[in-house]
Amino acid sequence: MESRYKVLIVDDDPAVLELYRDLLSQLPSHPEIFTTTSGARALTMLKSESFRLLLCDLKMPKMDGLQVLSIVRRRFPELRTVVMTAVHNEEFRSRAYSLGVDLFWLKPDTQQNMEMFLQCIESLLGRDEEGGFRGVQSKSLMDLIQMECLSQSSTVLRVTRGSLSGRIWILSGELIDAETDGIRGETAFRRILEWKSGTFENLPSEANRERTITKPANALLLEAAQAMDEIAAPPEPQSSEDAEQADHRKTVMRLAALTRAGADFVVSLPNEPQSKAEGWGTEATQELGVWMRQAMEACSKLAHDLQIGSIAHLEGRSLDHRIVLLAEDKKVYLVGWPAESKVTQLSEQSKQLVASWDS
Amino acid sequence: MGLLNLFSKPSPGVQVLPSGTLTVDRNNNVLATTVSSACSQELLQEIGDQVLSLFRQARKAQLSISELTIHFASLKITARELRGGAIIFLAPKHSFNALS
Repeated sequence: MESRYKVLIVDDDPAVLELYRDLLSQLPSHPEIFTTTSGARALTMLKSESFRLLLCDLKMPKMDGLQVLSIVRRRFPELRTVVMTAVHNEEFRSRAYSLGVDLFWLKPDTQQNMEMFLQCIESLLGRDEEGGFRGVQSKSLMDLIQMECLSQSSTVLRVTRGSLSGRIWILSGELIDAETDGIRGETAFRRILEWKSGTFENLPSEANRERTITKPANALLLEAAQAMDEIAAPPEPQSSEDAEQADHRKTVMRLAALTRAGADFVVSLPNEPQSKAEGWGTEATQELGVWMRQAMEACSKLAHDLQIGSIAHLEGRSLDHRIVLLAEDKKVYLVGWPAESKVTQLSEQSKQLVASWDS
Repeated sequence: MGLLNLFSKPSPGVQVLPSGTLTVDRNNNVLATTVSSACSQELLQEIGDQVLSLFRQARKAQLSISELTIHFASLKITARELRGGAIIFLAPKHSFNALS
């Protein structure tokens, strides 16, 4: 069956929702339209289903559109967002774009405007997923840094991808420092560049920041680009030996990430019913995969019968490990930690590890 | 007085989240509970059943967990294995402890 994109529309006026539902359901891609009148409900829906596009009104009671968008940008960096508003206000427009919205549109009042609006929505729905950083028309982070360096800027770029966050200091067009996840310098810079998508914002420059990076920005960007090309388009395996080497390289990278985080094992399981689990750091991958599926089914049943909302995460303790089960958009992850790990930080650390896993 | 009732509107029902402790044996018989009787026996057994099956299935996966906590949007369920059965704590989340 052909899959249809899902579109969520948030507006406090039910009449507007009905109108947009009718209009958007006639688009050539025939998206599935979902509507809600509250921002809080929209966030719950985004968590429980995979949407392609969010259309959000700005002025709403309780939680306004900008609040919804700022949460959406952090939690669902891949989601395309459109602001629809009847208020012509430049401040709102710039704030919305700084939150990384793809389109800011005054509610169409003429037939011609409406046609243009629908064309834009169709184009946003169809655009291929290439990653990219929200804020400057889906440019890559490398492009952004290159632009800042070429224009001799002094700024601090704060880059966010899900629960991961990093900062890059640029002074008079020179890259001087980077920091993420407790590490600094070139290593941190390379780690941030590995993130394929996310959001960024410009913070005021810090002239007194201690310099930890001495290599020219261009050299670092070139090295990072080469490394990313190798990962993104590995040479076609000519033989089974090449394929084995590619697998081996992937395993080594995963295990390195595990070691860095201090975790014992990670098992990932795609949401599709017949999919197989992949595991690193454990020999019981398939058994754990079966349990993960059973656990998610049990939790879904409890959530349904008790009407207590969706599962955020599950934590468990055995003699050898502490475990955290996380349900993400497309996969479920089980992260095993040493038994002596501090419980209070585990769910957050697991989220960070999982966020970097496929980035 | 009955005349006044003609004009009274039926009040919308508010679902109360289960709160308290529940002890079940290995056969999922409820041995003791402090959960309000507003929460049906079937619902308590459903909770016990799912929790016990999570412990049992984990053992089959070579993961002998003795304690688990499930964080839902509005309820936290903590369970400790107890001689094949389990003691289960149900704690609704309120706005002031939503992050816990």
